[in-house]
Amino acid sequence: MIDETDRQIIRLLQGEIPLIPCPYAALAEKAGLSEAEFLDRLRRLKERGCLRRIGAVLQHRRAGFMANALCVWEVPAARVDAVGEAVSKEPTVSHCYDRETAPGWPYNFYAMLHAATRDECESIAARLSAENNLAAPRMFYSVREWKKASMKYYPGESQ
Amino acid sequence: MLTEFDKEVLNAIQEDLPLTPRPFAVLAERLHTSEETLLERLRALSGAGYLRRFGAFFQSEALGYQGTLIALKVAPESLPDAARAVNRYPGVTHNYERTGRYNLWFTLQAPDDATRRKILDEIAALPGVEALMDLRARKKYKVRVRFHLR
Repeated sequence: MIDETDRQIIRLLQGEIPLIPCPYAALAEKAGLSEAEFLDRLRRLKERGCLRRIGAVLQHRRAGFMANALCVWEVPAARVDAVGEAVSKEPTVSHCYDRETAPGWPYNFYAMLHAATRDECESIAARLSAENNLAAPRMFYSVREWKKASMKYYPGESQ
Repeated sequence: MLTEFDKEVLNAIQEDLPLTPRPFAVLAERLHTSEETLLERLRALSGAGYLRRFGAFFQSEALGYQGTLIALKVAPESLPDAARAVNRYPGVTHNYERTGRYNLWFTLQAPDDATRRKILDEIAALPGVEALMDLRARKKYKVRVRFHLR
């Protein structure tokens, strides 16, 4: 399904996209492909669901999003898909998952919220809870970022 | 200080970059500016630290990786060392100290179950680690990191 050329393209795209008029041509050259072939491969990786998107992620604190809360709720299995779809529509939510629980930890529904202040996070969480008929979530704020990196897929293979 | 144009640029580049030979020309047209002006602003904003990364984002499951979220309860005096030890695993992409009883949360991408278990056994055995929860995803509803600037 994913061949060696795709893997090489994935490795190349794990770095930065150059801020030049023809960025794909420059990356294609590194991969030893024509620009057309490189773009064609990217479109196919996207169609197959391997590539989510090409674009930027901002340095969120630099951009003024100082309060970042991991919110966890208990959502019954029968309702979790509906709640998941509703909460995903909230633009300030970046990540939303149904997860396994653990002993003494009944929470299965997770959403990561980003706002300028903790008060703003609290009011978004309260609104999401009310809209979805849920009890208030437990909220855990980031106090220090120890690591934030993009995954390096297929390390150590011919690069 | 960000200008209105800077905010428009930062919002636009968080969308999908077109898969066409001149992607910035397409974006520039949407923003009613020139490709050259857009690239110039992007380089300046990047230099000023506004961009964490400008690249491709992949669907890890489609590439054969399993992701999980781990919550650790670590004795406060051991936390910095534990956090640094966790960081050393290449499959750890996010690692945050948080408020709450479980004070260190990280995501782990592993190519298979055996690798995941081995890494988690090693981390559970780190000095000061009192509890570890492996909160594997049952379903992903959203992964879209976008910060809309107004």
